[in-house]
Amino acid sequence: MTAVVPTPAAEKPVEPPPKERRPRRNLTPWILLLPGLLWLVVFFLVPILTSVSASVQQGDYDDGFKLTWHWANYVDAVTKFGPQYLHSGLYSLLCTVLCLLLGYPVAYFIAFKGGRWKSLLMALVIVPSFTSFLIRTIAWKTILADNSPLVRLLGDLHVLKLTTALGWTVGDHVLASPAAVVCGMVYNFLPFTILPLYTSLEKIDPRLHEAGHDLYCNTFTTWRRITLPLSMPGVIGGTLLTFIPAVGDYINAQLLGNPNTGVVGQKIEDLFLRNTQGYPVGSAISVVMMVGTLVLVMSYIRKAGTEDLI
Amino acid sequence: MSTVTAPPAARTTAATPAPEPRRRSPLAWIREHTLLAVTIVVFVFMLLPNAVILWMSFNRPVGKYDYVWNEFSLDAWRHPCANSEMCHSIGLSLQVGVVATIVATLLGTMIAFAMVRYRFKARSGVNALLFLPMAAPEVVMGATLAALFFNTVGPGALGFWTITIAHVMFCVSYVVVTVKSRLAGMDPTLERAAQDLYASPAQTFRHVTLPLVAPGIAAAALLAFALSVDDYIITVFTAGNLETFPMYVWGSVQRAYPAQIDVIGSLMLLGTMTVIALSQLVGRARTARR
Repeated sequence: MTAVVPTPAAEKPVEPPPKERRPRRNLTPWILLLPGLLWLVVFFLVPILTSVSASVQQGDYDDGFKLTWHWANYVDAVTKFGPQYLHSGLYSLLCTVLCLLLGYPVAYFIAFKGGRWKSLLMALVIVPSFTSFLIRTIAWKTILADNSPLVRLLGDLHVLKLTTALGWTVGDHVLASPAAVVCGMVYNFLPFTILPLYTSLEKIDPRLHEAGHDLYCNTFTTWRRITLPLSMPGVIGGTLLTFIPAVGDYINAQLLGNPNTGVVGQKIEDLFLRNTQGYPVGSAISVVMMVGTLVLVMSYIRKAGTEDLI
Repeated sequence: MSTVTAPPAARTTAATPAPEPRRRSPLAWIREHTLLAVTIVVFVFMLLPNAVILWMSFNRPVGKYDYVWNEFSLDAWRHPCANSEMCHSIGLSLQVGVVATIVATLLGTMIAFAMVRYRFKARSGVNALLFLPMAAPEVVMGATLAALFFNTVGPGALGFWTITIAHVMFCVSYVVVTVKSRLAGMDPTLERAAQDLYASPAQTFRHVTLPLVAPGIAAAALLAFALSVDDYIITVFTAGNLETFPMYVWGSVQRAYPAQIDVIGSLMLLGTMTVIALSQLVGRARTARR
């Protein structure tokens, strides 16, 4: 290779200097990309594509599965699990909205009022994540137990009657109810919302707020006209980082819910691990779920107008 | 309102700026303290489970489940490994976490550099490939990966390396995102300045680029480690006969939940707080030196 290059370089003496600045322009990115991408292709893309083919197969674990283009698997996948789709969609949407509503003020406070405590407060946001999330989720079993102070207080204030009438809680219990599931989800995913929000808020020059005030905006108008538009990348990143894992989550539904709070993830796991013939239908549900999530996320990104998100 | 409007009529010239802050202050006070109150409530919400874990680690549970407070006891702290299965599972989780973190950080950082520093075709394809593992439900990734391992190396080969491979797979994208944001936010003129001062590309990388990106890489490695040690769903499908710590905890919900688990949870919290306190001290010492 080296022997071939000098001749054209000699013919065109003007070209090389600008090229010399980036001599490895063409090959280097691929050398850098290749190992990681190969890993993802072999251990992520190939298995996923295999599951697409598995979704139109028939059989069981003893006799093996055969590709019979059994599209009825998709009919089963879409029609048989209505409540689970509903719950997954509802809980994850609710969780995303609540995380944004709770996370934005916190991120705003840390970014603009944190002062010298900024990094300490951010550390406090992340600290819990280093304790196993299963242990932390199970701790909610203690917090929301029937005779815990919090639940007794809610009962005395007759809040539980209202929430039970709405179907959020069951009887006098908070545990094993939709409310507990959503509470667990918000708790688990809140740092995922706060982190990107904080990153984008922290970049905003506080002098822009002063400029807003100088131009006779009150604090709310300043926030709406200046801070919010500038923090949109954080809002989008935060909601996506929350919504995507929340859709697939079934840990909270399993640990804090009841049999009536079933979500799609539980069904997939059931079909894969505890049903000898469930592998194809499980794959079909997985495909439906992935495509559904992807379509939702893509349309959201397009609407929000940030193409280069990652 | 009437009290505010009356005085300016009396002394128009002198007192015009005075009423304005007085009228705004109560609203501003409420607004400021609403923000503070919400922040405090959310922090309590986020930290309460950790406090409960610490509290329950000193409990002598009635029956098999350490869910309800009974009486104070140091038993769990005195014999954290009373259940040897649990301590084995912790060891396995740590080993997997370290290996997966090193590999994922290396691969992810390389990809991040390629994405930010170079133009190449198929960029959107690469983006999609990096985005998909974050968007795909964990159950799906775990189940399909298990099928792949079953069909190629056989069920007997499931174990340490299959767990590690799976963990690297789902960590890489997060490493890329973290390092990329740090790289993209970097001032490009610094590297140009280094080159203007006759630094070779290797020297520029070592003395300018790397120190600037290092916090991003460190953050990415921490994130990867946390993700790996904490993962349950994908691990279940790829672990074979082995049991990682999250798998042990999950199983405990079905059989018995000893206070020792809360001891481990508390140790994780205390360890994290120690590391943060140390880094704060180091940071403060550095700023003091300046």
